[in-house]
Amino acid sequence: MRVPTRPRVAVHKFSSCDGCQLAFLNLGEDLLALAERVELVHFAEAGPLDPDAEVDIAFVEGSVSTPADLERIQRIRRHSRMLIAIGACATAGGIQALRNGADGAQWAAQIYSHPAAVASLERSTPISSHVAVDFELWGCPVSGPQILAVVNSLLLGVAPRDNADKVCSECKRRDLSCVMVSRGIPCMGPVTRAGCGALCPGLGRDCYGCYGPAENANTDALAAQFGRQGLDPPAVARRFRSINSQAPAFLAAANKAGEARDE
Amino acid sequence: MPAPPEDAGFLPLAQLSMLVARLMEQDYRCLGPAVENGAIVMRELAAPDALPRGLQAGQAPGRYRLQQDPQQRYFAWANGPQAIKPHLFAPRESLWRAQRDEQGRLHFMAVAPPAPMLALIGVRACDLAALALQDAHFLQGDQPDTHYAQRREQLFLVAVQCAEPASTCFCASTGDGPTPAAGYDIALAELTDGFVATAGSRKGAALLNTLNLPPASPRQIAAARQQGQAAAASQTRSLPGRTLRDVLMSRLEHPQWDEVATRCLACGNCTAVCPTCFCHAEMDEPALNGQASEHVRIWDSCFGESHGHLHGFNVRPDIRSRYRQWLIHKLATWHDQYGRSGCVGCGRCIAWCPAEIDLTAEAAVLAGDRERP
Repeated sequence: MRVPTRPRVAVHKFSSCDGCQLAFLNLGEDLLALAERVELVHFAEAGPLDPDAEVDIAFVEGSVSTPADLERIQRIRRHSRMLIAIGACATAGGIQALRNGADGAQWAAQIYSHPAAVASLERSTPISSHVAVDFELWGCPVSGPQILAVVNSLLLGVAPRDNADKVCSECKRRDLSCVMVSRGIPCMGPVTRAGCGALCPGLGRDCYGCYGPAENANTDALAAQFGRQGLDPPAVARRFRSINSQAPAFLAAANKAGEARDE
Repeated sequence: MPAPPEDAGFLPLAQLSMLVARLMEQDYRCLGPAVENGAIVMRELAAPDALPRGLQAGQAPGRYRLQQDPQQRYFAWANGPQAIKPHLFAPRESLWRAQRDEQGRLHFMAVAPPAPMLALIGVRACDLAALALQDAHFLQGDQPDTHYAQRREQLFLVAVQCAEPASTCFCASTGDGPTPAAGYDIALAELTDGFVATAGSRKGAALLNTLNLPPASPRQIAAARQQGQAAAASQTRSLPGRTLRDVLMSRLEHPQWDEVATRCLACGNCTAVCPTCFCHAEMDEPALNGQASEHVRIWDSCFGESHGHLHGFNVRPDIRSRYRQWLIHKLATWHDQYGRSGCVGCGRCIAWCPAEIDLTAEAAVLAGDRERP
């Protein structure tokens, strides 16, 4: 994982909302410090344009969703020593991957006056479905501190820390009361990966799973608890079929709840 | 359970604020019950008379709901998700810092933790028993944890007798409540017109002296004793009265571990709200300029992945082994480490488990006292 003292960095965008790139831009003063330690050679949203430059670290936002994406991600991989997928789109296909389980062509026909002008793959897929990914940062969007921690680790020549614990661990460290227990609100926190700092429970609401599945996510047990809290199977399926609908653990849980409905 | 001693004083209801006022005069930051996000939590009191009346909470597995005490008592609630633990064993703090000088040499500096004079008003017998266990862990040997020790030194504890245990409480069966026996500065037992007040330390006695309380009457002392006995008798949950160490250690391959693993979310909420759990992780957080680094300690849980991670493999890869680790440590091997069980019967792990898992029910099945459901 050794990288040069002032590594060359690119930030690429695929099918996405740009929110994860904003995690860089919203760093404020830290962005200036970052710019001194790395050489930002390509970051369209911030200014520098050189998409085919050889880089040490490529951050990739977005999912592979169009025929052009298929070719471009291969090119980026060839030009990058290390490739880091950032955000729910790049790690799980994103919200646009909801079309994977639907008739996407029909949706396009309903929405666009000239659907033939839309060049879109049938499925939206994560970066790791196409090229080797060295590290994944989950989240919708990822946070500034996550980005900084990864860059810092790489600058120091150590592997970034992968925190796959549940959101609950961050929630309890903040002395927040569990909304499932004190208010009976179905919360995705017990199956969702930490990293947001328990943002939603901190605002008195439930986690909706935007950081994707945690390790050992017991979705069966949580779905059963959602049922006891009054959600019917379609509602349970919708809780898992959200921003990270194609992450395997959530996809399986949504399908299972969907089958329960059909019985 | 011990009764208030014969030399207890009587603090009329109207003078409770005087007790808080004296603490504030002595520069204590006073924390008492407050409602936040549907739960009773310990928060700073804005004024001596700011202690709320009539708070109560109904508790059941996976369920905590605020209620109103029809008698408008001050302390008719059993407990909230946290009491003492986060104020001594911080959920997150910096332990030391490294700084690079102009010649590139590293300097290591201790971080002096803030240790405010803190008074906690409304802690319970179970919390005090848990505190004794945390003390045994963090203050043991010749190298006590300085951060914990400095905050411990500055702590003033006003304990109250539990008159209304929750359905999740079982401190009577663990021998830790509901009447505070030791470890407090002042203990209160709330009666209809006031409190039987007992000093448990020199600083507690000194503070009570400033209030010039009349002695509690034999009738008031008897009422407090009966209230404690009734509270103990009203508890519906229990752990087996015997030491569970040997029986649990002989059931490491019991099928119940697989069964509970199907229900357990491995979220770690039980360990976070447990007043005796002390596991933590440490990590380094380098500054972006590459010239400084903080060594940080955070609460960790045996239900997390990294807790079981050794070089090259994980000793507890699945939920079954994590739940087993938690329960076996808490109820069995804690005896080897600290001479008693690590459970004080507060019931927080039951109420705050989002999957409604009941430690007493699991222990009963594992110990062979109850059939598997």
